[in-house]
Amino acid sequence: MIDFSLTEEQEMIRDAARNFAQNELVDRARDADEEFNLPEDVTEGAWAMGFVAGAIPEANGGVGMDRSPTTNVLVLEELGAGCPSLASGAMSPSLFVNPLIDFGTDEQKAEYLPAFTGESFTAGTLAMQEPDFSFDPANIKTSATLSNGEYTLNGVKRLVPLAESSDHILVLAKTGEGIGLDTLDAFIVPRDASGLSISNERERTIGFQAVPHYTVTLDNVKVGASQRLGGEQGIDGARLVNSIRIGAAALAVGCARAATEFAIDYAKERHAFGKPIAQKQAIAFMIADMHTEVDAMRWMVWKAAALLEQNHPDATKATTLAQNYVQRKAMKVADDGIQVFGGHGFIRELPVEMWFRHMRTLTIIEGPVAA
Amino acid sequence: MDFTYSPGEQAMIEEYKRQGKILRQHARYWEEHESEVPPEEFPESADNPTPLLKLAIDKEGDSSGIVMGMMVTIYNSWGDTLSMKMGPGALGNAALAAAGTPEQKERWGNTRLAMSITEPGCGSDSKAVQTTAVLDGDEWVLNGDKIFVTTGVRADGVVVWATIDKSAGRAGIKSFIVMKGTPGFELVRKEKKLGIRADDTAALRFDDCRIPRDHLLGGDETVPKAGSGGFKGVMKTFNMTRPAVGAGGIGKALASHDHVTEQLAEQGFEVDWEKGRQNRSTIEQTMLETEADLEAATLTVYRAAWLSGQKKPNNLEASVAKSKGGEVARTGPQRMIEVLGAVGITHDHLVEKWLRDGRISDIYEGTGQIQRLIIAREIFGYTSAELD
Repeated sequence: MIDFSLTEEQEMIRDAARNFAQNELVDRARDADEEFNLPEDVTEGAWAMGFVAGAIPEANGGVGMDRSPTTNVLVLEELGAGCPSLASGAMSPSLFVNPLIDFGTDEQKAEYLPAFTGESFTAGTLAMQEPDFSFDPANIKTSATLSNGEYTLNGVKRLVPLAESSDHILVLAKTGEGIGLDTLDAFIVPRDASGLSISNERERTIGFQAVPHYTVTLDNVKVGASQRLGGEQGIDGARLVNSIRIGAAALAVGCARAATEFAIDYAKERHAFGKPIAQKQAIAFMIADMHTEVDAMRWMVWKAAALLEQNHPDATKATTLAQNYVQRKAMKVADDGIQVFGGHGFIRELPVEMWFRHMRTLTIIEGPVAA
Repeated sequence: MDFTYSPGEQAMIEEYKRQGKILRQHARYWEEHESEVPPEEFPESADNPTPLLKLAIDKEGDSSGIVMGMMVTIYNSWGDTLSMKMGPGALGNAALAAAGTPEQKERWGNTRLAMSITEPGCGSDSKAVQTTAVLDGDEWVLNGDKIFVTTGVRADGVVVWATIDKSAGRAGIKSFIVMKGTPGFELVRKEKKLGIRADDTAALRFDDCRIPRDHLLGGDETVPKAGSGGFKGVMKTFNMTRPAVGAGGIGKALASHDHVTEQLAEQGFEVDWEKGRQNRSTIEQTMLETEADLEAATLTVYRAAWLSGQKKPNNLEASVAKSKGGEVARTGPQRMIEVLGAVGITHDHLVEKWLRDGRISDIYEGTGQIQRLIIAREIFGYTSAELD
């Protein structure tokens, strides 16, 4: 059945996320970006809303809400419309928490999830990205070799958010050979493990400057077999990667929506040659296309999230299509967003140039959050 | 939130595809016999009843009727422009049903009526109609040229737009029912087109064509004063013709993509959905992007239909859907020919035909540019006067 309806609960959570994003993120975005600062009250505020830890089972000390990618994309779109950078910083722990909920053994859940059920923001992260230009989650280079009951991890990870403040880093690695998302494994690695080093300097990036990203190097890091996520079974690599790709896409839809709404307001106020530029087809059509693509992108993301939630065999295909579509169209929307504002779009006073930088970030990296 | 087809819907779609492949066997013949009009019913239709029957398998989990109507339109268009069996009526019958008096419906309800609006000098700007109707005694006298009349050759008659008061603009335009055989009503030609050549598209002429006074559709001879009606920027209305035309365009592009997917599979090639962006071949990337575009367009069509089914206004979404459908009808088959390479332009494949057939989708029922005007007026809250 083709059905776009939301449950009442989903509408409530979406509205709460919208209020939070508009009230707590929008006004903080510029300073956070300029100051390379992820404000504590933002992360605490998002934490208090339960966006990250809500789905931690009651058995692990959580409130046990449904683990729902469809609800998550509604939340992430709203947060992305507030500020995708602050949103990603506040939601980074989802990169650790959601895979633990999805794939963790009972022992792993019991050991690692309670740390995220407290009242204060707790950092957690995932190390995925690698330095090669041909980086591909289906053919990851970081290796995990089993010997004498323990795994030895080797590899370099880039752009790991909050690595420095997370007690544990979930490291994506390959235990065998071959290509495909089913070759993926994840290891729960303590930040202070011997052989694990975190770059002294934060990574400098075009966007998401509020979020501290680091290079994490794994040089013969040894972890016990019990640190392999999912135990002997391992993980469903496609499901993990899909949830991350959908998360990034949902943030991008939100950011694109914000850019479109901002452009609409401006075009109606800004006069040129005697009338509002919104009354000129060259501008009106550009903004009409921005609106159209935000709609189209959103339904792509919803479909992928719905199939992921159903554990549908086409979930990976739907995710890849949504990711591809959003990466192309969201970038175009943010780019045209600048064009509508002309020179003002280039000045670091209005948010449009910032959204442009965030969007380039968001449409390249595999995902700063998990849906 | 659900984006899967029910078992019945899946069976229906498969049946549309199966029958579509039968129709494709006739596609080249009727394309090349452009001056003739294809039969209303193909011989195979006896053994191939409507795919809608497949829905009976299991009603559980079916989409709303309006959404399903869009599925039907997409996959009906997937085969070819031909129909296994034509239904009764044509676009003019919808106008008769919507605006005709009871007597008019009674009199002409069982005839096939085409709709005739477009003229050599006016298309999207339909208020610029030049064809005139002048009351002379108890008869209307019609004069003017009409083009692009769908079903105009086959139809028994037409509902034609003419102005009874040019100074009144849109308000002066009325619809008249004119039957074939009326003196002064001439079928000038069947149009020769880039695509949808089997489709019956006529050019008509009215030369002092006299029709009885009661042939004015709806019977209202008054001309409202300028400004009394008007065209609001934000229309809280339903529209399913725009999404349907978008759906038709999607069908052609989808046919191209499915065909090329099959061709590639025969050579052992298929898209690997797990492979990352940096490792895809150009062909993989092209197939993937085209499918993503098709999916996006399809979802905008379903969204517009779903809203309508929920009794929510969809004027904005209808134009979003039409604009996306029209776009993929152009870009989809274009890129599929690029994947096939030089052989893609030959008649070995129907893709070159679908490119030509689909090209009209971004033109009729409002060009892509008209859709953008409607979208922009909606999102800015402008009237047609504020953004024209």
